[in-house]
Order: sequence, then C-alpha cells, then structure tokens
Amino acid sequence: MKKMHLVWMALALVALVVLPTQLSRYGIYLFSYWLVFVIATMGLNLTVGYAGQKSLGHAAFFGIGAYTVAILMQAGISYWVALPLAMGGCFVIGLALGFPALRVQTIYLAFATLGFNTAVWLVMRNEEALTGGTFGINNIARPALLGISLDKPLAYYYLILGVTLVAALLLWFLLRSPWGRAFTALRDNPIRAESLGVNIQAYTLLSFAIGAVYAGVAGALFAPLVEFIEPAPFGVGASIMMYLMVVVGGPGYFFGPMLGAAVGVLLPEWLRFAQGWYLFVFGTAVVLLMLWLPDGLLSIPDRLRARRQSREASAARSAAASAAASAAASVSAATQGAKP
Amino acid sequence: MSDFLQLLLSGMATGSIYALAALGFTLLWQASGTINFAQGEFVMLPAFAMVAFGAAGLPLGAAYVATCVLAIAVLGLAFKRGIVDPLFKFGMMPIVVATIGLAIAARNGVRAGYSAEAHPFASLFGDKLFQLGGVTVTLADVGTLVFALAIVFATQAFLQKTVTGRAMQAVAQNTESATVLGINVPRMIFYTFAINAVLATTAALLVTPAYLAKFDMGESLGTKAFFAAIIGGFNNSRGALLGGLIVGVAENLAAAYISPAYKDAVALVLFMVVILFKPQGLLGRKVERKV
Repeated sequence: MKKMHLVWMALALVALVVLPTQLSRYGIYLFSYWLVFVIATMGLNLTVGYAGQKSLGHAAFFGIGAYTVAILMQAGISYWVALPLAMGGCFVIGLALGFPALRVQTIYLAFATLGFNTAVWLVMRNEEALTGGTFGINNIARPALLGISLDKPLAYYYLILGVTLVAALLLWFLLRSPWGRAFTALRDNPIRAESLGVNIQAYTLLSFAIGAVYAGVAGALFAPLVEFIEPAPFGVGASIMMYLMVVVGGPGYFFGPMLGAAVGVLLPEWLRFAQGWYLFVFGTAVVLLMLWLPDGLLSIPDRLRARRQSREASAARSAAASAAASAAASVSAATQGAKP
Repeated sequence: MSDFLQLLLSGMATGSIYALAALGFTLLWQASGTINFAQGEFVMLPAFAMVAFGAAGLPLGAAYVATCVLAIAVLGLAFKRGIVDPLFKFGMMPIVVATIGLAIAARNGVRAGYSAEAHPFASLFGDKLFQLGGVTVTLADVGTLVFALAIVFATQAFLQKTVTGRAMQAVAQNTESATVLGINVPRMIFYTFAINAVLATTAALLVTPAYLAKFDMGESLGTKAFFAAIIGGFNNSRGALLGGLIVGVAENLAAAYISPAYKDAVALVLFMVVILFKPQGLLGRKVERKV
C-alpha cells in the first residue's frame, strides 16, 4: 500500500461523503443504487475474481436477500433482525450452491448456477402467497438506526455508504489473510493447491457462501431503497450483468467492482440520450474489451507498467549489447593492431 | 392416452429444434473449444433475416437459402475471424464473456434498430390437422420433427462418411496429430462454424412460426440448447439429439401434468441430475483432470 494510494482513497471517500449533499434526490438515489451494486459485485469478485469459481447466479442471492427482508418486515419483524437472517440464509444457500462446484468446473458450473438463478426466479414469480408473484411487494419501509430515521434519501445513502465501507474493509482483511491466499491458490491451480494442503472443498464452498452473503446484504439494502420489489431485477439477465461488471472492472482487482458497477449502473444514466442503443453499445464494448483487455479496465496500469519495464529492459539490453560490441571491436582492433 | 401421445409428439418436435441448436453447440465445442453464449441469438438473427428477405418479396424457400449464405458469412466466417480466433489463446472464459457481450449487442441492436415487436412468421408446413392411429396431430409438428431429424442425420452422415467430415472429427479429437497428418486444420474449423450457422438458420426456420420473430426469442433457446447438449454428452454429437429430445418431451409432459408455471425448470432439473451423477453426459466419455 503506497502513500499515494492512501491519499487517493481518502479523497474518494471525502467525495463520496460530500458530493451527494449537492445532488438532487435522483442523483442521491443513483449513487445509492451504485453502492448497492458495488457491495453485490464485491462478493461476486471474491467468488469469480479471487477464487476462480464461474458463478452466473449471483442475482439469485441478491433477490433472496431482498425478499427475505421484505417478507419478514411485512410480518412485523424489525429490519435489524431481518438483515442478519437474510445474511444467514444466503450463507447457507450459498454453501449448498457450492456443492455442484465440487463436481464440475468452469462452463458447467456457470450453467449450473445460471439454472439455480432461473429456479429461484421462478419461485419468486410463481409463489404468490409468499412473494406476491409478479405484483411484487409494496411499501417496504426504510429502517431507523439508534432512533435516527433513515427515511430521507441522504440519510439512507449514508447507511449504504457505511455498510459498503465495512464490507470493503472486511474483504480487504479477508484477502490478506491466509484464507485470501488460499482462494487465489484455488483459482490459479486447484490441484497444486490441494497438494500443498489447502482444503479445496472447504474453500470452494466458502467462496460461494461469502460471495452470497455480500449479495444478500446488497439485496437487503436494495429492497428499502427502491421500496418495491418484484422478480424482474433478480433474473438471469441481472446475474449476467453482475458478472460482466466484475469482468469489465477487472476480476481479481480489489477496486474492479467499483469501476465495473459504475459502468453498469451510472453510465447508462449519463448515456440516456442513446436509449435503446445503450445496451447495444455496451455489448459491443464488452466484445472489444475482451479482444484488447481481457483482464478488465483496471489492468491498464499493470499493462502500461509491464510495457515500460519491457521497453526499459530491452533498452538496457541493447545498450549492454552495443557496449559489448564496441568493447569487442576495440579488443579486436587492438589485437589486429598488435598482429603485424 | 391419446393426449399423452399428442404431448409426446409435440414435445419431440420442440426437442428436435433444441437438438439442432445443441448439435451446433457441441460441434463448435469439439472443434475449437468455443462455448457460444450467443447460440440463441444465432437463431434469432437468421429469423429476422428471413423476415427481411420475405418482406423484400422472396418466397420462404429462397429466403431460407439466402439466409444460410448470409449466416455462413456473418455467423460463421466473421464470428470466427473477429472473435474466436483472437481470443482462442486466452482460454475458454474470454470467449464466453465476448459471446455474452455479442448476445446483448445482437438482442438490443435488433430491438433498437429494427423492431421491438413480435413478427409473425410463415410456417413451412401450414397448420393442417390429421388423424394418425386415433391421435390428432398437426402437420407442423410432424413436419418439424422429420425435417429437423433429417438435418441432424445428414450432418452426422457427413461427419462420418465423407473424407472432409472425418477430417473434421480428427481435428476435434486431436489437433496436433491432425496437423501432422496434413489436414488443413483452420479450414476444418471454419467448416464447423459454417455448419453451426446453417443448423442455427434451420432451427430459426422451424421454431419461429411458433415463437414469433422477436429480439429476445433466443434467450431461453440458447440455454436449453446448452442443457440439452450437456444432458446428452458434450463430447458426443449423438448426445445433442438425445438431449434435445429428452428436454423437449420432459418439458411438454411436465407442463401438462405437473405445473405449467415451472415448465422452464424442467431442463434445469434434468441438467442438475445429470451433472451430479454423470457429469460427462448420458453418451459422453470421461475427461481426466489435468494439472
């Protein structure tokens, strides 16, 4: 962690605290929306980017979190009881979803998780008694914290910001712990990780479960933010979008999800004039990104550094070579001069 | 009983269309390790091309042939050159992500640039009803099933009986030894992409009268084709046919006898059962893990 990075992060944090006070109601709503997706995609980044498990079912957990909170609050249970229950539920279901991952990998896993998402979505749509079906659940109240009402958009934004920071810090420490190292070992070479004594079964399941908890928290914040939920935002399309957010930002980069979620959530708003064409442009941009930057936007600095280093190295090499050549030339000139 | 036979037949008709898309999927995977997430869109785009050719006054048969040529150029050659070839060396996931991007672009390009409406599409067979051994069947179901099976079997005969087809199989099994044996590997891989394009166009011809030409018609079709391919066995092209028929029939029966609301979950449940107990698919071979 360089000092420069700390300064930049402090500036970004100040901006996140101060900027929304100057924004309209809708601007605050958008920032809140973005942070919710940052939390969700941070979890997905752990599963996909660090542990290397191709999960295309993340929106299911997002939905489970949102519906758990909404249903429990309808039943008169406090938000602060519902939230840990939603997290616990997501953890358990995430563990269960990890089991197929022990059997199958890569693309099979992607489709298994995608199928899981479809199943969850069908339950949300069809079980009207529990979820309200396509009519959804209305009037989800925003909670109060320590007697402070979070009804106002700005107050609720600060709650989301606080949760985002806590979630980010926890992830940061997790990734620097032996667990984090085990996750990346699992991604880079599962068989080698296993032979080094990493319990790959346990870590595969954990990477799913922890990722799912992040999505659950995001969903639990999302429901009171939009105050009305229905099955649409938790479908397969949403999962694919979250996966693309991680990939676009840079999988395995800590700040990748912040950038990726901005591309997926904030950019469409700025490009509203493009309307229907936005997703066309987005899809095309994803294809081009894969062609030129398969490791995501945040790999640009690494790439520039690598290019500069290789240029410096080749310059050094050619300098050494020419020095050696001139030395050899002078030696041979000297020997030739000595010959006659 | 006659209800059951009717459901069975229409399920097989739908299943044979899944099989067409699934066969293309498996062939691409075998020959070039490409997982095409845009397979559903590869069916949707030819459907719209045929609608456009039809609007320009071409009869359906001519529109189909013209679309096949166009599909070979765009979904075969351009797709291979533009996306698969440059990404091949990075492994499977970048191609997956790129084809997801391609699917989003194709879907929304059609929606924004052509139309968000569903367009009617003439059926090749009309909607005549007739009696067959006491069961009322539609000509469309029988025609679809026969036509799709004919195409699947023709593709397999081509792969097994002709020199080119056998060369393509050799490339799929072992690229290095195929090269050593003097097979033009890039050309064989291109043939695979061309066959996939024709299979997708045929699937569009058969499925669109029922689904209507709409920008999002490929969404569920692509997923089901993949499930069908896995259920049958991903490294076996006969598996695609078996998987497609199983998914089509099971879906139809479940919708009628269990719950129409959960119809889309049937393929998923079958897929889960198969990958948990026989991950290589019903007809597939086992692949060893490599370090």
